[in-house]
Amino acid sequence: MSTGTLYAPRPVPGHDRELGAAGRSVRSRRRRRQLRWNLVVAGLALLVAALFLLSLCIGERTYSIAEVVQVIAGQHVPGASFGVGVLRLPRACGAVLAGAAFGVVGTCFQVLLRNTLASPDIIGVTAGANTAAVAGIILFGLSGLALTGLAVAGGLVTAVAIALLAWQGSGATSRLILVGIAAASMFDAATLWIMTRGSQWDIQAASRWLTGSLNGLSWASLAPLIGALLVGLPLVGLMSRQLGNLQLGDDVASGLGVRVSLTRAAIMLIGVVVLAAATATTGPIAFVSLLCGPIALNLVGAGHSSLLPAALVGAAMVLASDFIAAHLLLRSYPVGVVTGILGGLYLIVLLIRMGRRTRGSA
Amino acid sequence: MLAAACVLSVAVGSLSVPPGQVWQALSDPSVHTIAAEAVRSRVPRTVLGLLVGAALACSGAIMQGLTRNPLADPGILGINAGAAVAIVIAMAYIGLTSAAQYIWFALAGAGLAAGAVWAIGTGGRGHATPLRLALAGAVLAAVLTSFTQALLLPHAQLLQSFRSWQAGGIDGARFTQIEQVLPFFVIGAAMAACSGPTLNALALGDEIATGLGTHVGRARLFLAVAAVLLAATSTALAGPIGFVGLIVPHAVRAMVGADYRWVLAWCVVVGPLLLLVADVVGRVITRPADVQVGILTAIIGAPVFIGLLRTRRLGEL
Repeated sequence: MSTGTLYAPRPVPGHDRELGAAGRSVRSRRRRRQLRWNLVVAGLALLVAALFLLSLCIGERTYSIAEVVQVIAGQHVPGASFGVGVLRLPRACGAVLAGAAFGVVGTCFQVLLRNTLASPDIIGVTAGANTAAVAGIILFGLSGLALTGLAVAGGLVTAVAIALLAWQGSGATSRLILVGIAAASMFDAATLWIMTRGSQWDIQAASRWLTGSLNGLSWASLAPLIGALLVGLPLVGLMSRQLGNLQLGDDVASGLGVRVSLTRAAIMLIGVVVLAAATATTGPIAFVSLLCGPIALNLVGAGHSSLLPAALVGAAMVLASDFIAAHLLLRSYPVGVVTGILGGLYLIVLLIRMGRRTRGSA
Repeated sequence: MLAAACVLSVAVGSLSVPPGQVWQALSDPSVHTIAAEAVRSRVPRTVLGLLVGAALACSGAIMQGLTRNPLADPGILGINAGAAVAIVIAMAYIGLTSAAQYIWFALAGAGLAAGAVWAIGTGGRGHATPLRLALAGAVLAAVLTSFTQALLLPHAQLLQSFRSWQAGGIDGARFTQIEQVLPFFVIGAAMAACSGPTLNALALGDEIATGLGTHVGRARLFLAVAAVLLAATSTALAGPIGFVGLIVPHAVRAMVGADYRWVLAWCVVVGPLLLLVADVVGRVITRPADVQVGILTAIIGAPVFIGLLRTRRLGEL
């Protein structure tokens, strides 16, 4: 994940000022920032590709890269065609797609709500989609597209409800976060309740909605997520400039010609649909949507859209975590366990940073 | 009302018993009907509900005063989750089975969680906005819950029993277990009883509190220990139950005003009342199966939390 930084040294705050004193023009600095962004994106893309191949090659049986490439190209290779083509390829694609979806949507929410901790899994949207999905499995026996639709509906209803409850003129974003936290714990309780009522067999199927797992993905189960991403990501990409302007504050953004409420509502709406589709496919993979935004921002630096880097970070994170969870631990865990530990590490980093900041100011 | 709730709690369940027989079962140990046994088996549950409800409500009241934050609650701030993950470690990896053994783990876990939330929420600046504190708590709780899940996955046979414990319930209570951790409740209650005047002083602001002769740092530490002790002990016995510590102090404050001595005293009454009523409701709505009381308090509590947010301006929070 740190490949990008190796090539693009992070500017030291004092260093920048010296450059200004040396008479370097703004343009050259902007060019360097663009270069850094390109390098980060290229590095991340390479990393994702490498992890993708790695997860296809290694498993119960190890296949050579040549065999894997042949399978991807559509040729029939005895053994590998099933092992790679049917079992591993959908899983790896699911990891990339879900990771990208969580990364983009998480970043959108963090930017819109101007809080690095305000990712959809903390403020209740994921929890709403979860509850709907678990209810769909256990109470109504749904699967496939109907289940995805129900999860999307659950996420949307939750998001709209949270927004309506929080909407009271000023200070809406902080109230939105708090209302979301309450809604999240309510929906989690409801999910637990439904789970305790389910039969043993259904609980097995539904328990991925507690941690998130890539087990048993097939092309058919990926279809709804692919559809949502194909529609959603280009739309979010189109709005990334407005999103960047919103970061400057509502007043500045509207001064720059952004229709604040409309843009916010539109991005949230798309985000919730993409997120719920991903959640319905893989379950809520813990903390991916929380972690990607800050990591991407650290890699590319402020001032550039971090949506694409966040998508790549998400894909790389889910691929790597799934690989670690499936092969490198004592026994095979679902992917959410590893990302959960990453979330814990992030909290510790946050703590240390805050300690350093206070010591600096004291 | 509390007495009525106690009677309800022993009388109602998958087998309902009329009050007359309840009295007979409790007063005459020689009666051995099914109804009498059912009533007797519900007594420890009721006692546990009384203890846990009071402890959680007081813990919440202390936290709200300590952080000067109306949204504080052992569940929302992740303290219950800290205790829960420590208990799971103790049970799954060290093989401890009785509450008296793992309560120390619960205390350590809850204490660490409280410290971490305070550190993240304040960023070291000593005063946290409700928003930051609640967010820090929610994130920490989410991390800890996913840890708990990860620790449990290799232990499939424990998973099922943990799932009901994780939801937070006072079913399956036994007097032997309650006796073992009773000292912790007593110490916590004693500390809570002493903390009313301190909380009143802190409510006026750090400067005035210092002027009134309160050592602010020491007072904060004392209050934090009391709150964590009560929350951890409840979690060790009944699993993580949220929102009791949030709702009850607010309800009480609406009745008796802002004096923390009265607030704490009434919390001891209203907390158990809420918990027992929720427990009884949980037994009735999906007969014959129970709904864990922690699930019900969350479903009742979250709307109250949202209502609180809506009735106040954010500046007042």
